[in-house]
Amino acid sequence: MTTLTIPIIRTEVETPAQRVWRRFLANPVARISLVVIFFFAIIAGGTPILSATGHHWPCDPNQTNLEQKLLPPSPQHWLGTDNLGRDVFSRMLHGAGISLTVGLIAVAVSLGIGVLVGAIAGYFGGITDQILMRSVDALLCFPTFFLILTVVALLGPSLINIVVVIGLVSWTGTARIVRGEFLTIRETEYVKGARVLGQGAWKIITRHILPNATAPILVTAVLGIPDAILSEAGLSFLGFGVQPPQATWGNIIADGKTYLLDAWWLILFPGLAILIASLSFYLAGDALREAAESRG
Amino acid sequence: MSAFIIRRLALSLVLLFIISIISFFIVTLTPGSPYPWGDLNPKISAEVKANFRKKFHLDQPLTTQYALIMRDLFTGNLRSIKDDRSVMARIMERLPATLALNFTSILISLSFGTLLGIYAGRYAGTWRDLAGSFFAFLFIALPGFWISYLLLIVLVKECGVPVLGTQSYGIAFANPLASLLDQIWHLLIPATVLALGGIAVQSRYLRATMIESLREDYIRTARSKGLAEEVVLYKHALRNSVRPIISGIGMLLPAMISGAVIIETIFAYPGMGRLGYEAVLERDYPTLVALNFVVAALVLLGNLISDLLYAAVDPRVRLE
Repeated sequence: MTTLTIPIIRTEVETPAQRVWRRFLANPVARISLVVIFFFAIIAGGTPILSATGHHWPCDPNQTNLEQKLLPPSPQHWLGTDNLGRDVFSRMLHGAGISLTVGLIAVAVSLGIGVLVGAIAGYFGGITDQILMRSVDALLCFPTFFLILTVVALLGPSLINIVVVIGLVSWTGTARIVRGEFLTIRETEYVKGARVLGQGAWKIITRHILPNATAPILVTAVLGIPDAILSEAGLSFLGFGVQPPQATWGNIIADGKTYLLDAWWLILFPGLAILIASLSFYLAGDALREAAESRG
Repeated sequence: MSAFIIRRLALSLVLLFIISIISFFIVTLTPGSPYPWGDLNPKISAEVKANFRKKFHLDQPLTTQYALIMRDLFTGNLRSIKDDRSVMARIMERLPATLALNFTSILISLSFGTLLGIYAGRYAGTWRDLAGSFFAFLFIALPGFWISYLLLIVLVKECGVPVLGTQSYGIAFANPLASLLDQIWHLLIPATVLALGGIAVQSRYLRATMIESLREDYIRTARSKGLAEEVVLYKHALRNSVRPIISGIGMLLPAMISGAVIIETIFAYPGMGRLGYEAVLERDYPTLVALNFVVAALVLLGNLISDLLYAAVDPRVRLE
């Protein structure tokens, strides 16, 4: 008996996700923003771990020293000290975690609601679509930040309240985009085929439509992160963010505004951190959008 | 056309109704009370408390409270819990400043955003486009309060220029022109800060539509006729990219009013954003509900105007 050996032919076929990722990494702006985001993530993850082991680097963020208050940047205090003599650089390192946490969790909340509402509206259409989209229109008439401020101020500021409220308020954009994608995809042959085969709505939505709408959803998610970071910074600035003594980029500026004309470093550096962090998320999100949209 | 306006107005009324319900229940269902005294203050007698509740209908069930607030809002009898003044009067005295600020800000956003967008779209794919896009994202990512403070440091400390309020305090102007210039200056700084995000959003939309327009056949025709590139850009391509410019008017408004909360607080500008911020701090329910109502009405009006303008400018659009 002869054994028949079947040669295994491996053809390297790029999946759509790999293609988007390759094109994303080919963009120098995307690479730089990704490095910056990683840098912030390492600070955000590393600082609390380091503090928990008792090693504060460079200083304890909450260590006050009234003899050294409002010092300008120097070799001892790289970015100066605040009105209680706390090291601004250490406080900023500890603030990074708050900003990234708020960004990620708020986006997760808004993504959950937005995808659900958009999927239901887009898939079922008709009266369901009308009701959901008119509600979205109504929400879009509210000035978002004012709505967040109102609810957080009334509920009482805490990390969990802030994250949930920002998420609850900012899903409308995602819902609109997901609905639009669903309206197009549900008319495709393969979705019609799945329906003909008798698959349920839930399975068609999760197995057939959603995977094909991943790219635009991912883009809105990445672009939503800096929105949340900026909202949290604004809330912190008005005194409704994460409460002291926990340092956040926004509340270092809020504390520093009293010494505006004497201690510019309390304003400049935390704001620069907010700017750089949100800018890199925006640029990464835009590069991702370009990578997902362009052909070839 | 008139059928379109009537239908839009009807839809707006429905939306306003939903908005009033949402805003009323958001402010009343959250913990805390609007009473101007501590709950355990022994100096306030039960009778005073009861009278206060009665006066502002706080002793009624929430649904009745909502109905009463809406009734008072439309009959103009709504009174602020904070100072017992008419809520409409409080809003109306802030409205001119708010409209001036937002109008200026939208004007700045549209004009600079359009220019930046044309620039980026025209040079799409080159380093100029990259630079334009970078600046657009830089403007969105700039925290408004931060750039305001940096401006305050530079303008007030280094240049000695007064920027707070709507005009310089304690200076009598020799002539009305100087006074007017002073007011314009005080308006321009917060309006510019407020416009930064709008410039960015506007330029991104315009860049996308410009790129699309520039691919059209009529652009190639115009170019092959030997028209100057400027004529092709501004007469042919821009005309067909007009949609984002006009819809920008309606879209930018809610974002502007949001941003104004912080900017008005910093620049001590007497607009509705600051009124809202103060009302939140004081838990002034009637003012908050009325304010949300007025803001939503402004936004809906802005959307309607931009749709009508759109139809007026673009003959391909029919309002049905």
